[in-house]
Amino acid sequence: MSKQEILVIDDEAQIRKLLEITLRNNDYKVVEAATATEGLLLAASHPPDLILLDIGLPDENGLEVLKKLRQWYNKPIIILSVQNDEENIIKALDSDASDYLTKPFRTGELLARIRAFIRNSDTPQETSTITFGNLCIDFKTRLVKKDKETLKLTATEYALLCLLIKNEGRVLTHQYILNQVWGPAQADQSQSLRVFIAQLRKKIENDANNPELIITESRVGYRFVSPT
Amino acid sequence: MEKALLNKLPKAKQYLYGIFSVIIVAAICYFLSAYLGYKIVALVLLFTVSVLAMFLDIFPVLVVALLSALIWDFFFIPPTFNLLISNTEDGLMFLMYFIIAMVNAALNYKTRQWEKIARKREEKRNTLSLYNTLLNSLSHELRTPISTIIGATDNLKADKAKLQEEDKDVLVSEISKAALRLNGHVENLLNMSRLESGVVKPIRDWCDINELAYDVKHKLKEYSANHNIKINVQENLPLFKIDAGLITQSIYNLVYNALIYTPANGTITITAFKQDKNLVITVEDTGNGFPENEKENVFEKFYRLKNSRTGGTGLGLSIVKGFVGAHYGTILLENVKTGGAKFTIIIPAEASATNSLKNE
Repeated sequence: MSKQEILVIDDEAQIRKLLEITLRNNDYKVVEAATATEGLLLAASHPPDLILLDIGLPDENGLEVLKKLRQWYNKPIIILSVQNDEENIIKALDSDASDYLTKPFRTGELLARIRAFIRNSDTPQETSTITFGNLCIDFKTRLVKKDKETLKLTATEYALLCLLIKNEGRVLTHQYILNQVWGPAQADQSQSLRVFIAQLRKKIENDANNPELIITESRVGYRFVSPT
Repeated sequence: MEKALLNKLPKAKQYLYGIFSVIIVAAICYFLSAYLGYKIVALVLLFTVSVLAMFLDIFPVLVVALLSALIWDFFFIPPTFNLLISNTEDGLMFLMYFIIAMVNAALNYKTRQWEKIARKREEKRNTLSLYNTLLNSLSHELRTPISTIIGATDNLKADKAKLQEEDKDVLVSEISKAALRLNGHVENLLNMSRLESGVVKPIRDWCDINELAYDVKHKLKEYSANHNIKINVQENLPLFKIDAGLITQSIYNLVYNALIYTPANGTITITAFKQDKNLVITVEDTGNGFPENEKENVFEKFYRLKNSRTGGTGLGLSIVKGFVGAHYGTILLENVKTGGAKFTIIIPAEASATNSLKNE
């Protein structure tokens, strides 16, 4: 199998160098672009398997670049942003960015994000059961078991869990979850969302106060991760 | 102090008070005119104008001076009840009265301007010494991790072969620690400048305080190896509409502070409950508390306790105060009976009706 190709669009040479080394040593092929113009050109001439896109580019706002890319490019785009910039992160996710990373990021985090997408685009989920640690979900029978004991989930809790699992490893914004589970008419249910997440955690997590499956992304949304 | 207070009077009130005082004094003089010569009255009126000049702005004083001259002429200089002046001596006196009143007003105003400038200079000097303190502690705080990174990488580059594996590991982990420490300082500095420039606007959304407290505990794992962090959130505490990012950072800073200054094996307790329409969060430690005479100052930017050891930028607590203030909340500091310090954050916030939805 040929190596997956990742396009890095970031104006900082140091960050590009770091990403290049990290990704190359994890068996990805890396293409670099220092400006938005260069990035758009490279993406068009030879579409990569995934794009890492910095929001703060010198020649054009990363959000605009994202919108241009999304007109034709439908593979994963991960946004690189800085902390305290949730507003732009949410805007990017609403403009169909696949995920985000805040600088400074840890290498493990970066690779986990990339893996979540490359794996999912590789092997479409056809299995009817899926296991995370001591948690097992059977989509056919709609049964959720923890340590072989069947959990009593309400319809909403089950829908919420399925949505999170289907997007394992990816961040889902509050708004997106609300639209998917409650429907667009119920978009102001953000209070219920918090409560349902707390209830779901009590049922599926080993310690609801130290969640290992449903991770909160402060001010942005939630992410389901496979326990290590 | 008093001057500064009166200076803040709105212009309209300054005119009102000035004119009113002159009329009252003139009226008293008028009733006593049987005993007072009109020349004495001039001195009394001049005195009144001088006193007013100490408190009022230049234009109100000039108006008062003009008014008093006219009153003196009209009511006191014979022939009274008109503005006529019958002899040269009185004419000269009126002219001199007018000039003295005006000069008086102008001089007083000037003196006050000088005072203002002197005060500003003093303030500037204070700010300057504050910034020197800041630069000292900050440059220490920034340079230590930078030195570590440079030194460690130099070592790794130069002595690849000679260094023992375990030493390499130590150097690498020191680099990583130093970078995290730098990141923390930069975070604080950026937060401070966001607060200073007034761009901190809380984005309130429903927030599970229990989750937030455990999040802080989790983030501080690396620093709390020698301490115990206890979380004590009121049973069935409702959700609150707050800015999760800002309040998490606030609790983080308080707990971090407590971890740094509480002797090993101490306990830091985070408590949260609802009181009236407020969310109350407290962070209490088992350290030595704060010196009574410095408790007031700890929230000031760059303030560091007189006897505090090196480390810290003096920004953490002032950021907490800023973030809590952005929520229209308050923060209090007290020393508890057992000796430790206790910070209490009180935030007015909308609370959810309940935190559990039994029926869907």
